[in-house]
Amino acid sequence: MASEAPQTSGELASAGISAPPGRRRPGAGEPSPPGPEGSGGPRRTPAARPSGANPRRRDSGRGAARTIAAAWPYLLVLPTVVGTAYLLFYPLLRSVVISFQHFRTGELIRGGAAFVGLENYQDVLGSAEFWTVVRRTLVWTAVNVVLIMVISTFTALMIARLGRRMRLAVMSGLVLTWATPVLAATTVFQWLFQSRLGVVNWALVSLGFDSFDGFSWFANGQATFAIMVLLIVWQSVPFAALTLYAGLTTIPAELYESARIDGAGTWQVFRGVTFPMLRPLFGLITSLEVIWVFKCFAQIWAITQGGPDDATTTLPVYAFQVAQSLHKYDLGSAISTLTVLILLVVLVAHLRRMYKHEGEGL
Amino acid sequence: MKLRRLPLNIAALGVLVVSVFPVYWMAVTAFKPTRDIQADTPQFLPLHPTLDHFRTAVGADGFALFWRNSLLVSVAAVLLALAVALLAAFAVARMRWRGRKAFILMIFIAQMAPWEALLIPMFIIARDTGMLDKLSMLTLIYFIVTLPFTIVTLRGFLAAIPAELEEAAQMDGASRAVAFRRVVLPLLAPGLMSTSLFGFITAWNEFAFANALIIKNQDDRTLPVWLSSFGNVFGTDWGATMAAATLFMVPVLLIFLVLQRRVTTGFIAGAVKG
Repeated sequence: MASEAPQTSGELASAGISAPPGRRRPGAGEPSPPGPEGSGGPRRTPAARPSGANPRRRDSGRGAARTIAAAWPYLLVLPTVVGTAYLLFYPLLRSVVISFQHFRTGELIRGGAAFVGLENYQDVLGSAEFWTVVRRTLVWTAVNVVLIMVISTFTALMIARLGRRMRLAVMSGLVLTWATPVLAATTVFQWLFQSRLGVVNWALVSLGFDSFDGFSWFANGQATFAIMVLLIVWQSVPFAALTLYAGLTTIPAELYESARIDGAGTWQVFRGVTFPMLRPLFGLITSLEVIWVFKCFAQIWAITQGGPDDATTTLPVYAFQVAQSLHKYDLGSAISTLTVLILLVVLVAHLRRMYKHEGEGL
Repeated sequence: MKLRRLPLNIAALGVLVVSVFPVYWMAVTAFKPTRDIQADTPQFLPLHPTLDHFRTAVGADGFALFWRNSLLVSVAAVLLALAVALLAAFAVARMRWRGRKAFILMIFIAQMAPWEALLIPMFIIARDTGMLDKLSMLTLIYFIVTLPFTIVTLRGFLAAIPAELEEAAQMDGASRAVAFRRVVLPLLAPGLMSTSLFGFITAWNEFAFANALIIKNQDDRTLPVWLSSFGNVFGTDWGATMAAATLFMVPVLLIFLVLQRRVTTGFIAGAVKG
């Protein structure tokens, strides 16, 4: 087991969330005290420095050395700030600006787009199509996230009860799924559900569902939607299940024992001990999955491009269609902006908690 | 006791089969001769293994080129992100300065940035600056996409290394840079490994921007975009398609396996020493 723990905490960190309270790395809670020399920044008085710690720097004049020392952190973060400003905040701003302009093919080539106020937003919000897509996106998100969370919770609880060998096998399987590139997965799923040679149709017919003989999944809106849900759930469960399992291992065994002694059943133990202990982790994973599913684009675009009959057109796909296929960059930007706003509303609670927790952690 | 665990193990077997089968089916199809692929009853084992489909995939138009493009873009983006993130992570983990909180907030916002919503402005900016159809534009985007979590992860690894180690080295007369290179960097190796692993995989798999920004110059496409158009490339040759998908996945899997072990041993070594 020892070999699995670090892996999971690394994964947690990479997913942008800090490890659950129980397994915080030593020193991760508070920034370590600054070094005796140079790192202090402007607030440190020279008297606070241990004398002779760095003889070379003393020679070069105390005032200059202090200015350089104070400038260091800013120099170190400069590339990050410049990069983020130009490649993230500028495009974001540009997108918002375009959403208030008339920006079609002509403006793309010649420039000189004119501001039109809220016209694009009026266009978008006034179209029935947009609201259909919004409803579809919310359904898409809800179905996926609920399935992901339920299956992941069961899988995590199951892994915790398995024998050593079976546990290793299941976890390896999940990691394999997780390692599967999105585009490899989309390609394989198209093969699995191929109408004539696909193994899924063969299995369904063998089980007696003769109507699936030669059934073409990708010609039917609902069937395609179902396959996309299956694909997203299949790809998302490993992260959620392994993270929840990592959280489970941090719950002290005594808590379970005392609950058992009190005569609690399996469900009561889950409700009384497991869930309360893992509540922050549940919240975090659910929020991450909401973000992930809501703005999911690659899988849908690679397989269906939003079809058939717009059955899989969610907001990000819709925005791209409008901008790239119809060359209405202004409307596409407006839809993008609205997409982000809707997602923000869904996640306000999460954002607040995130900053509270992580702001302290860093 | 054994009997009581039976349902549990059956459930575990179910999860295992569902998670592994699609990947298994991809690989098996890639190794089966076409007549076995098209058999009325699917063959679940590659009884007549062949490399024909891999030959077709590798020999497909531009395969080597797209492979090279993907590798180039991913490696460049990861190296750039590592270098930039290391500096920032050091400033955040080891120094106190005004604006630090604001910087951290910026990283968190960047981490949750709605990248998919940036497809349109990125396309327009790339077009305006003559970066459309250029691999360098993709490199920059993958760099900025991987940067926030690289900073956060590296900061975590840095914070776990006691500052006293550096201070001791500085007491012994080493400059701050030398202390960092000799003391911190070796201990940070597992952190650099794992962040580069995740960064590489992110860049290698990225589809949306590669699809939106490489339009006219088809030679500058990356593997995911090429793979997404397998219908045009291979038609209904599912064997070759699965071979191509397998080849696309192999590097990710290898890096996963190799780095994961090194990362873990690094962790254990660190734990024993610390």
